[in-house]
Amino acid sequence: MSGYRMKRAARLALAPSVALLIVGMIVPLATTLWLSFRYYNLMNPALGGFAGLSNYEFFLTDPAFAQAIVNTILLVGGVLAITVAGGILLGLLFDQPMWGRGMARLLVIAPFFVMPTVSALVWKNMLMHPGYGIFAWVAMKLGLSPVEWLSNHPLLSIILIVAWQWLPFATLIFLTALQSLDHEQQEAARMDGAGPLDRLVYIILPHLGRAITVVILMETIFILAIFAEIFVTTSGGPGYASTNLPYLIYVQALMQFDVGAASAGAIIAVVLANIVAIFAIRLAGRNLTA
Amino acid sequence: MRSLRPTLFKAAMTFLGWAVALLLFFPILWTVLTSFKSEVEAIAFPPAFWPSGWTLENYFEVQERSEYFGHFLNSVALSLGSTVIGMLIAIPAAWSMAFQPAASTRHVLMWMLSTKMMPAVGALVPVFLIFKSAGLLDTLPGITLIVLVGNLPIMVWMLYTYFKEIPADILEACRMDGATVWKELVHVLLPMSLPGVASTMLLNIILAWNEAFWTLSLTAVKAAPLSAFIASYSSPQGLFWAKLSAASTLAIVPILIIGWISQKQLVRGLTFGAVK
Repeated sequence: MSGYRMKRAARLALAPSVALLIVGMIVPLATTLWLSFRYYNLMNPALGGFAGLSNYEFFLTDPAFAQAIVNTILLVGGVLAITVAGGILLGLLFDQPMWGRGMARLLVIAPFFVMPTVSALVWKNMLMHPGYGIFAWVAMKLGLSPVEWLSNHPLLSIILIVAWQWLPFATLIFLTALQSLDHEQQEAARMDGAGPLDRLVYIILPHLGRAITVVILMETIFILAIFAEIFVTTSGGPGYASTNLPYLIYVQALMQFDVGAASAGAIIAVVLANIVAIFAIRLAGRNLTA
Repeated sequence: MRSLRPTLFKAAMTFLGWAVALLLFFPILWTVLTSFKSEVEAIAFPPAFWPSGWTLENYFEVQERSEYFGHFLNSVALSLGSTVIGMLIAIPAAWSMAFQPAASTRHVLMWMLSTKMMPAVGALVPVFLIFKSAGLLDTLPGITLIVLVGNLPIMVWMLYTYFKEIPADILEACRMDGATVWKELVHVLLPMSLPGVASTMLLNIILAWNEAFWTLSLTAVKAAPLSAFIASYSSPQGLFWAKLSAASTLAIVPILIIGWISQKQLVRGLTFGAVK
């Protein structure tokens, strides 16, 4: 086969993927952008036409928006703090010799495979229920009064649920990174009198630097988009206390039928995600040449 | 004495490791145990750890009340359908970029990655409107298509990194022998990268099975897979924890097993090859 025909075959092989992503992702995104400048309400079809920036103004000045932004950031920050710190500790722990280590690791990573709606409902009912939940029972055993998790601390509750789901991901990545650590170097440091803390600070943590970056970037992208956990537990409430940006946009579009405002919100969400994505893509790109 | 210290250390680590592992696994264990209890026992306080009379009643009742098995089949169809069709589209693309790279290949890969980074909510409104007018709302083909598009970048990327590990000379050699592109792909490339192809498929089955944004917003009664169906348990009537647990156990066990099998490749897939 000639080089030219080979090249043509290669282009042809790539075309369906590119076409599908353009139709499925780029066209909707462009449409969202267009809709964000239009008056468009499914409940009020008479209203139409160019809206200028008024949808953005409506969305940005809505008090719910400010709260949704704060909640989105708290959700990402809270989950990252728990999973990065916890993931490093668990990674170090399960890198130590122990009996049944493989089995214990399987138990640790299991929460990651539980679908979001199931984990949220199980936590909401069987763990966090102030009357019959396990947490209430533990609180009682400790002589404390049970906490009304979802009504009094809705955002914290969701942070805990999401952190439980993502801790295995962080642990798995840190474990993988730790296994590539040079054990001879560690041994040499030990011989030179470096204590466990020295080895952690000067050898292990620097080695994990790249893995930490990866965990932060990937988790941020997924946690910026958290939706199902809120949908089945608090429905964003009480008030807007646990509404994040995706949930606010969903409510705007599919429950209040304001397509224009929802689209403006979606564009804002995309811009926010892109700020993170730029760094993530650069990081992945560095591996391409390797 | 000298040989005792490592053993003591190992014993301490074993104790600590298993304590942490059981604590993190507890919500899942609790769900499975509760699924075998009666509804009264499920909300007993203080909680009853072991079911007193192991019963399968909840499983039967979940099926009777809500056609559970139908939703289960929807999940199977969605995850297998989007994965198989996705692979048919992704394999040629990954082959093309791994073995016939052009000047634009790097940019195409980056662009594909960037579509995955875009929050799904950015496409929600148009996709919902298009689905509504095309009659694709609450249909299996509709939800399969959108989940497939969402996961395609991961499939192409993962396959690309696996294909890159295969020496191009081998494909070159069999082309010299007169093999067509098709034969080269089916008889040489795929068998050589079988572990990679298999783990890409497993990861995508997991992602599609657990997908909850699109399934919650685009499916309702007919095409709802388990991830969306389970959400109907968020507005309970009466005693329901045991039934919720039975429905949840059946929804998570198959994918948990697949997840355990593919845990190593998972890291690679979810980090786009940045951590191996």
